[in-house]
Amino acid sequence: METRHKILVLDDDTDWLDLSRELLSQLPSKPEVRTASSGNRALAMLDNEPFRLLICDLKMPRIDGLQVLAIVRRRFPELRTVVLSALEDEEFRSRAYALGVDLFWLKTEMQRNSQMFFECLESLLGRDKEAGFRGIQSKGLMDIIQMECLTRSSTVLRLTRGSLVAKIWIQEGELTDAETDGAIGESAFRRLLGWKSGTFENLPAEPSRERTIFKPINALLLESAQVMDENASPNSAASAEELAHRKTVWKLSLLARAGAEFVVTVPIEGQGAIEALGIQFQAAEQFAVWARKAVESARRLSDQIEGGPISYFTAKNLERYLLILPRENKTFLVGWSPEATEGAYEKTKKLIASWDS
Amino acid sequence: MGFLKKMFRSKAAVSQLPSGSLTVNRDGKLITATVSSTYPIELQRAIGNMALELLRDAHTAQMPVAEITINFASLRLTARELRGGAIVFMFPQTTSSSMSS
Repeated sequence: METRHKILVLDDDTDWLDLSRELLSQLPSKPEVRTASSGNRALAMLDNEPFRLLICDLKMPRIDGLQVLAIVRRRFPELRTVVLSALEDEEFRSRAYALGVDLFWLKTEMQRNSQMFFECLESLLGRDKEAGFRGIQSKGLMDIIQMECLTRSSTVLRLTRGSLVAKIWIQEGELTDAETDGAIGESAFRRLLGWKSGTFENLPAEPSRERTIFKPINALLLESAQVMDENASPNSAASAEELAHRKTVWKLSLLARAGAEFVVTVPIEGQGAIEALGIQFQAAEQFAVWARKAVESARRLSDQIEGGPISYFTAKNLERYLLILPRENKTFLVGWSPEATEGAYEKTKKLIASWDS
Repeated sequence: MGFLKKMFRSKAAVSQLPSGSLTVNRDGKLITATVSSTYPIELQRAIGNMALELLRDAHTAQMPVAEITINFASLRLTARELRGGAIVFMFPQTTSSSMSS
């Protein structure tokens, strides 16, 4: 007998809950629909029964939807989540996706396109995912590829940019093939580096795909940066966006060549934005706040004990080794693997010296 | 005899840098210290509390660390978390000291 999936609908509006129960139970897969009118009740139900899908409102008293989603993401990573809210502010959409929700729909949209909404739900109910983390915020293509390579994953990245579609094959952390509008292999990959925006999805790995790219990702990044520099003519009026993009690729190649995991640049508070490469921005922001505070505290202490100016900090745990270098108008935070501590200070100084040049 | 005062002008005392270790509990209270007894207690407390603050803030920033080292021009401090408090090792740096951690 086919298992009926369970859906939990969370909303403080009991009339909406009654309507949802009626509508959702008519889905083709005939799921069992349960409802909860508070975050606490929903979490208790999730603890006691196995649900496949949570449909959650955002604006609720006591525990709002975002808090529930943050808890759910941690405690029930397998649970598919959909936000169905009346809040039209784009900020909530971004925050919900940052929490790893599968779908975000406005209630008004759902009423206009109910058929499409139900098809999305059916798709979510039926899709079997591998275990893993969800909720990647907007990231550059290089960040996404580097993340896949660093975690030694095997996947196919399907990229879409308007009418253009491309694929990148990654097998056990190595780039093996790329394909886009008439090009394959390294030339396709270089073309894709020029894409500044788009969407991506992870498809199942294809280990049997013939390998056309044999160079390591670091070497490809270096070459691409060099090619970009050679192609740029001195008279061409490169747009600011193009220049920023080239600079990012160049910095990534610096990072790859040095062997560091990431660099976070922390300006003096109020004098610019935090810059992060090789690390998720959310984590970088937390590191940056800590680094700023640490440098301030150390400077105050230095005044008291007359130890002299700060040269650098290090912080280590089992997962990484951090080097913090305070400079005149910014602080650099460089992450290394715990095995790379030998000579890390010298390597960090060299990396930082080239960083803003 | 006043000429001796002109020849041997008094100079400000050179600040001693701490050397040794100290431990603070989770409330920032100084528990033990191997630092010279002439080194001011307030400064020892200040060092211990700063170390405690750095370790706790690292936890708050979702990056728990086992050890933090601060390299000043003439002093190196290494702090480790110790049962909620902290132990801090202090090494004055001389021209022959290595700057690598």
